[in-house]
Formats: sequence, structure tokens, C-alpha cells
Amino acid sequence: MAQTYTRPDFRLTPTPEGDDVVFWTGGEDDRLMIHRCRSCEQYFHPPAPACFRCRSRDVASEPVSGRGRVATFTVNRQPWLPTLPPPYVIVLVELEEQPDVRIFSQLVDVDPAEVRIGDEVEVFFEHWAPEGGTEVWLPLFRPVPPSVDAATVSGEDA
Amino acid sequence: MSGGPFDGKAVITGAGKSQVGRRLMRGGLDLTLEASLRAIADAGLTPDDIDGVASYPGPGAPQRGFSGADVHEVRNALGLRTSWYMSGIETAGQIGPVIEACMAVTLGFANHVLVFRSVWESTAQADGGRASVLFDGGKLPPHMAWTAPFGALSPANWLALPAQRYMHDHGLTREHLGTVALTARRHAALNPDAVFRDPLSMEDYLGARMISEPFGLYDCDVPCDGATAVIVSRRDAAAGLPRHPLTVESAGTGMFERATWDQRIDLTTMAAHDAAATLWDRTTLTSADVDVAQLYDGFTFLTVQWLDALGFAAHGEVGALLEDGALLALDGDLPLNTSGGQLSGGRLHGMGLLHEACVQLWGEGQERQVGGAVGSRPDVAVVAVGGGPVAGAMLLSHG
Ligand SMILES: [Zn+2]
Repeated sequence: MAQTYTRPDFRLTPTPEGDDVVFWTGGEDDRLMIHRCRSCEQYFHPPAPACFRCRSRDVASEPVSGRGRVATFTVNRQPWLPTLPPPYVIVLVELEEQPDVRIFSQLVDVDPAEVRIGDEVEVFFEHWAPEGGTEVWLPLFRPVPPSVDAATVSGEDA
Repeated sequence: MSGGPFDGKAVITGAGKSQVGRRLMRGGLDLTLEASLRAIADAGLTPDDIDGVASYPGPGAPQRGFSGADVHEVRNALGLRTSWYMSGIETAGQIGPVIEACMAVTLGFANHVLVFRSVWESTAQADGGRASVLFDGGKLPPHMAWTAPFGALSPANWLALPAQRYMHDHGLTREHLGTVALTARRHAALNPDAVFRDPLSMEDYLGARMISEPFGLYDCDVPCDGATAVIVSRRDAAAGLPRHPLTVESAGTGMFERATWDQRIDLTTMAAHDAAATLWDRTTLTSADVDVAQLYDGFTFLTVQWLDALGFAAHGEVGALLEDGALLALDGDLPLNTSGGQLSGGRLHGMGLLHEACVQLWGEGQERQVGGAVGSRPDVAVVAVGGGPVAGAMLLSHG
């Protein structure tokens, strides 16, 4: 049965520094920001100050479509945190722009029993401003609604 | 004996294990010294003979219980005069320091190196609570910053992801994973030192509560307290010692891609494949020469990964090996994790597997001895440890 997404009362949130900040704050503008090399034009993740492929230092975060596919997933059934009752779906999403770039996230608004590798998903963000911590926007994923047709998808890419 | 990276000069002359168990409520250094002194005595040496010390992970472990003692703590406690020492976590898995010790004796930096690994995770969890084990000070450690926000707080979650992909792409089943767990338990039943020894059926395995699909309770190893130590000696310094020296034929230390849990080009391989490739590159021996395999089983799927990486099956076809558990039994063609591994023997974090390889090559496995009869023994053992971006492998022979 599909589990309707509700925002949990608490999450463990990162304290990003340096190159990682853009990834965790892009959601403020509703954008998934992924590092890209301006020399070879390949994306890579997690962010780093050089392109691991061509070693160019000319790298920076760019917005991507936020769409992708389930590269793999696991239904977690062990309670680790009281505010995240199982079951829930932990997912690796391969980016539409470049499938070998994968985002570690949670897949919500979905029946855990129905998730399949290859499913189309899209990003949305959860804003957290923990007391004494760092303000972040966590990228979560949900299934692409079936009403969205291919033309709309490619149109948003451009 | 082949030449290999150490030209036959690096040998193992002794091995020791501390008390191993759940919630022993003993200190990590106490356990470490017990294992170390046993290994030194096992080699027929005294602490005065030890001129090298090496260990994983060294100071700064991110989690309570992950490390029982540092190199200097052991040196200080035993008053060791060392001509060489090291510790580190950025090395070829938990047996990386053993491999470095082989280099040290080969190059003449030391004659007899004490290498140890100790854990006290079971007691740490008992006295501090699980949350404090994970998060010292409440701030996410760097290796969890990308995963914990999404409820992935355990390696069970991180490794379930590649496991599901391997199953999807290559037809591996939960029953195949179960064969790894059942094999370990069968062997643990013959090992009085194993933590879990009660019989385990496939029905028990499949019916156990799920942790993170496809992993259930019996896919995950058991935290324990315990320390393991071995003595790596230079062959010419080992003359006259009581044990037949075990030759370190090769070592696998490769790491070809970025150290991540989730960005490897082929999600159905791991750093294990790079370590395995370098292990075989450095020796004339092949997987067909292996008589006994001690393959890391922090999770059942990691054993699958090592079987795949080491070439015991073509890539993706490990499931076929696991159709029939007979292959992995003590009298099978590839006896696996003969002490019960970490799944049933306890998570000694890689070094327990090396210890068991030595026991088997010395023919001292008693009830669980490969070959069965007292005094019989295998000739070649492979030891491979780690998962995800952590991997190291060794090939030992009686030769
Ligand atoms: Zn580049």
C-alpha cells in the first residue's frame, strides 16, 4: 500500500562545508545541484575540487533536472530512529543527465513493495534548520506521476 | 613456494586469539595484550624478540568499540623495542597492516612483527547505548553525512543497495545468501570458540526478521569483543622456531576507483575486485589452487562479492556456486569460513579469518579441520576482507 509522505519530526542532518555546501542548499531554490567538470563536461558526485576523470580544476555545481531512475534500493525494516518508523525505502537514484552519477536518498510517496529498479523518480526537498546546526535542504525522491508524459519531461530538461 | 611479491621471505610463525564473546566487559587493551602474548608464545618467541608492531585502524576510530588498542598502547604496555611500526585505516582493508608487515620483514626493517586487531563493540554497545556508538557528540561523522539524513544509519543499508542490484542483474536469490549463513553456522557448531553454534535451517534463515532488504537478521554478522594477533617473520629469522612457517604467497591491495559506497562504475562489483585482481597478478597461483577460503562475511553478500572478485565463478554467476552448500563444506571443493566466519563466530573484523586460515594450514582445526583426519591439512588458503571501498586479500601456503 502506498505510504503517503509526511515530513518526519526529526532527521539527522549533515553539517556541510566547502564543496559540499551547494549540494545541500540548492533546494532553497528548488534545484538539485551537481558538480560538473567544464573541461570534459562530465558530472560527478560527491563534489570535489577537481574532476577525477580529466583532473581539471575547472569544476562547479550546476542545476540538473532532478529526474532520474532507481539504480537500486532497499526497504529498511529496522527501526534506527524513533522519528523514522520502518518500513521506508532507501534509494540510489541515477541521474537522467548521466546515469553513472548516483544520489543517495530516500524514496517516499510509494508502496515499498512496488518499487522496482529502473523506476522513474523526481526530486523534492525537505528544509531543515536544526537549532545550533546548519540549515540544509535534503533532496528526497518520489515517483514521477504517471500523468507526466515524455514531452513534458524532455521539455523541462532543456 | 613461488616467488611472489615477498619472494617467499615473509612468513607467519604464530597466531593468537583472546577470549571472544558478547559483552565480556573487559577492556580493549586487556583483550589485545591477551591475544598478542598468545601469538608471541605461539611463535616460540618472547616480547624481546618482537621488533615490529602493526595494526588497523590506529588512533582516531570514529566509533566506540571499533578499536581496542593503538600500536603505541601495546608497545608501551609490553615495553617493546621496535625497529619498525605502523597503524592505519587507509590501507588494504583490515589485513592491510599484515601486508605492510610482510613488506617490512622482506625489506629487513624488522625480524618479527606483531600484527593485531581488536574490537569491543559488544561491550561498547552495552555500556553506551547504540546511539552513542554511532554518533559521538551527536554530529554525523563524515562517512555518514551522505547517508544518515535518509535513514540509512547502518552498513546493512549501504550494502543492501549493491546486493539488490546484483540480485536484479544476476539472478542471485535470498536462498543463495542463506547458503553462506548456513555454511558458517554449520562450521561454527564444530568450533567451541564460536559465538553462535545452534543449528540454523534455511527455514530459520528465511523466516528471520528483515533488517534491510534483502538482508535479514542472519545476513548480518554479530558484534563481539575480542582480539586477534599474528606474528609476521622474515623467513631467515624464523629458523628454529617451533611452527612450520606459512608462506605469504601474494597480497591483494588494489583500489582502482574512488573510495565510495555508491559511485563505482559497476554497482555489482566492489573494491574487492581490484584487490583480487592485484592478488592474482602477483603470483603464479590461481583460484584453482585454493584449498580453503576465508572470505569476509560482515554480511552474506560480501562473501558473494569475494567469491565473484576472486574468480571462483565468472562475474555475476556466484549464485550457481551457492546452489549446493556441499561445495563449501569441510569436505567440499572450496571449504568456506571454517571457523563460522563473522556471521556465527563473531566480528573480529577480518583478522579472525586470517587466524583461521593459519589454523587450517597448520592442521589444527580439530573437529572443523579441512580434510577431516587429524594431521591432514590444506596447502593453500585465501583470506579476503572488507566490503564496499574497503578491501584486502592474502594468499598463504604451507609450502
Ligand atoms: Zn573532467
